[in-house]
Amino acid sequence: MSEQQPSPAGGPKVKKFMIVNRKAPYGTIYALESLEVVLIAATFDQDVSLVFIDDGVYELVKGQQTKGIGVKNFSPSYRALEDYDVEKLYVDRASMDQRGLTESDLLVPVAVLDAQQMGQLMAQQDVILSF
Amino acid sequence: MLHIINKSPFETNTLDTCLRMAQPGHALLLIEDGVYAATKGSAAEERVREACTTLKVYALQPDMDARGVTGKVIDGVTLVDYGGFVDLAEQHDTSHSWL
Amino acid sequence: MKFGLLVSEGPYTHQASDSAYQFVVAALAKGHEIQRVFFYHDGVNNATRLTEPPQDDRHVVNRWSALAAANKVDLVVCVAAALRRGIKEEVLAPGFRISGLGQLIDSAIKADRVVVFGD
Repeated sequence: MSEQQPSPAGGPKVKKFMIVNRKAPYGTIYALESLEVVLIAATFDQDVSLVFIDDGVYELVKGQQTKGIGVKNFSPSYRALEDYDVEKLYVDRASMDQRGLTESDLLVPVAVLDAQQMGQLMAQQDVILSF
Repeated sequence: MLHIINKSPFETNTLDTCLRMAQPGHALLLIEDGVYAATKGSAAEERVREACTTLKVYALQPDMDARGVTGKVIDGVTLVDYGGFVDLAEQHDTSHSWL
Repeated sequence: MKFGLLVSEGPYTHQASDSAYQFVVAALAKGHEIQRVFFYHDGVNNATRLTEPPQDDRHVVNRWSALAAANKVDLVVCVAAALRRGIKEEVLAPGFRISGLGQLIDSAIKADRVVVFGD
């Protein structure tokens, strides 16, 4: 059961938003367009958590070079998230392990959660948007 | 919380991931191609039967009817119509559509 | 209860738009309010008046337009996603309006419940 945060001194509501990413970048547009939602949610001063599960963890892999496929490299935007006060980035441990990834492969700091922790985090949210 | 899955358990690993993370007492609603997970005799049956012990599992009947599988619904999975889908969304504070 | 919806896929290729429509119809029948239906990703393709589906099947776009007209449902198409896909004012079906992603967040803040339909 989630509790809404009290509004800052009569201001608009602050809700806990979780943005769930389960898809790899470039093969589909979901990763890119999901990031655009995160940035907008941040400008609305909402409490945003970004989670990466299954192939979503690939979105954060360092060293993306997209010149050869003729597509814009949007991975630098993950590093810009902290400028928008979006610092709650979580990855699913099992998804990382399954793909042979460690935190050192990723381009931003993340918190690594196990399934139980991730499930509990989800249960605390007011709004969950999946892309 | 209401988890919603719309993909066949044989097309993606969504069901497995959701079941890893869903907490006891949560609800799982299978819609669209997700309803195939609610059918007896498939390799997903055991996972779903087990899920029924900790979660309340539902399947959207119109989607099962469309796919000709309503007769095979696993015991323990509750069939709902779109009105029931709305009720579930109302009853649970948050829903997570696993896309 | 106020419901906000997000539709992330276009008509016909995925069932998302159909499922969302049926959900809205059922919610309205129960006396709930639809705060907004926001169309994102290929969902913006639900808003073009140029579709000509076969006559013996549902007309997804017209169905949304009729729903908006009969029930004053706010159908909003994300401008950035729309521009990417060539959905502009001049091709917009009745009942839809183009606006920013902020309308999605605004809807999620104002609604009691948010339900996402996609792939």
